[in-house]
Amino acid sequence: MVNYQERLDRTFAALVDPTRRAILAQLERKAGASISELAQPFAIKLPAVMKHLDVLEEAGLVTRSKSGRTVTVRLRPQPMREAMAWLRRYERFWPERLDELAAYAESKEAEARSKER
Amino acid sequence: MTSLSLVRRIRARPAIVFDAVTTAEGIAHWWGPDAGPVLVSESDPRVGGRYRVRFRMLDGSEHESSGEFLEIVPPEHVVMSWRWKGGQEDPGESRVEIRLRAIADGTELTFTHARLRDDESRRSHEQGWAASFDKLEAHLATGTAAS
Repeated sequence: MVNYQERLDRTFAALVDPTRRAILAQLERKAGASISELAQPFAIKLPAVMKHLDVLEEAGLVTRSKSGRTVTVRLRPQPMREAMAWLRRYERFWPERLDELAAYAESKEAEARSKER
Repeated sequence: MTSLSLVRRIRARPAIVFDAVTTAEGIAHWWGPDAGPVLVSESDPRVGGRYRVRFRMLDGSEHESSGEFLEIVPPEHVVMSWRWKGGQEDPGESRVEIRLRAIADGTELTFTHARLRDDESRRSHEQGWAASFDKLEAHLATGTAAS
């Protein structure tokens, strides 16, 4: 069982590559796609696409299922939700902290100025 | 977006803002999320030095965050690793970067909290990570993705 932080790191690392994001964007528009369908818009060879799919699958962002000769790739959005939750947590936390920091620094500035006078 | 970025204009000179960000006394004044007490504030603001802040919130829960100063250039910028201790889930180590720029009436502070290393973050920004991620996010919010 991969723990929470390793999963987060894998998700962010998987999402950092533009080809992989484009693959996910394609999968977002369809319920599932074959590997050759996915490879079509890219100027890269099939093996390179397979490598990207390996990374995405390892990060839990896609699943591959084989039926006969066709492999169908599907989007699995849970890890992305986790990544978003990580960002959201800090979207609330940091603006408030920085307000406090600003208030504190401004009071120190006022103090320094009154001493300088 | 692989990172959270915020900009603040502060009516205080950069040296004062820098001390507020890096010294134990400064950190103790703004780190805690509510009116609860800061229990520990330690800081050794030099490259490789560590900081640690522990506070109790009004609901009685205690939280601690700590990390290492990775880059420190007074009074311009500081980069530190950052992690929570305790709680049900440890989200692991992340990276906080604060840049200060003198402006007419004080300091412009640019704050970034990133999950990724600097080179990865920069690459992702250059390549328009934000736009494509936002699109995916909008899609996921509608709940139509196969899961």
